[in-house]
Amino acid sequence: MEAIFIEGTPKTPTVNFNSEEGIFEIKGRSIPENSIEFYKPLVDWLDKYASSPLDKTEVNIQLEYFNTSSSKCILDVFKKLEKVTQANKEIVINWHYEEDDEDMLEAGEDYQSILRIPFKMIEIDDE
Amino acid sequence: MELKAKNKLAEFDIEKWYLSEQSGELLFAFKGNISPALITEILETIENELGKKQEKMKVKKRVYNVLVEALQNLYHHIDSTPQEKLSLGDRFIVFIISKYDDIYKIVTGNFIKFDKVRFLKDRIDQVNYLSVEERKALYKLILNNQEFSEKGGGGLGIIDIARRISADLNYNFFKYDEEYAFFVLHIEI
Repeated sequence: MEAIFIEGTPKTPTVNFNSEEGIFEIKGRSIPENSIEFYKPLVDWLDKYASSPLDKTEVNIQLEYFNTSSSKCILDVFKKLEKVTQANKEIVINWHYEEDDEDMLEAGEDYQSILRIPFKMIEIDDE
Repeated sequence: MELKAKNKLAEFDIEKWYLSEQSGELLFAFKGNISPALITEILETIENELGKKQEKMKVKKRVYNVLVEALQNLYHHIDSTPQEKLSLGDRFIVFIISKYDDIYKIVTGNFIKFDKVRFLKDRIDQVNYLSVEERKALYKLILNNQEFSEKGGGGLGIIDIARRISADLNYNFFKYDEEYAFFVLHIEI
């Protein structure tokens, strides 16, 4: 599978999906007016990946901000990744949040409670 | 329509109201057409302003998040401007953010057709009625169960704002004419 790399903008995150290493990263801000347009190709790509995943998949989410329009799309991303666990392969979602950013931690916990996929909450020091 | 008696004004004076809302330390005030470019400009300006302030990072982020939702709610859901006010712009909105003591105040205003007032009013009343925990539960329920529209929101914006402020959303519907009301939302963070 072709890797995906999308450079971040003030309203959309940097995306780095490396299918050879099984390391997927979404980082930055996700606050576009039309999130579906941005996320649909990613969700479709993950759908393909999840049909024959590597033995280990690591997902790094490090968002500074995301809007409610993105929240559903991010859930769709995770739901595709949930298929990896159903294929009995290993996967972990590393949910990064800045120190003191309780709202972002809570957002990660919201996803964790909805999904059947291992989450690891990782606090990052304030720069 | 159960609009409060005091709101049954023959004419709602937008200019007068716009000026009356600008109290405290004004960070940004705008009236005119909303567009993605305007949203970007407001967000950049406020982020810079917040950067200069001695606030906890948590507060700055909360203000920014609420701003994003408030502005994008306007962008996705406003009705076009009534014919006789088209000189204001066809996607007319009002947006004001100011700081008063330790509180950030966001005020938005937009035209809305009367047939949508009941739905919006019920939605806000419902959210206001809920506790913090219930707001969280409702957010998760909608996130996980409801198909989102092409607009992308699925009605989560209001709940997201209410979750972050943990207070009530104050609102008003001012009667504008037979077809339109002017909807004002006050958010305090």
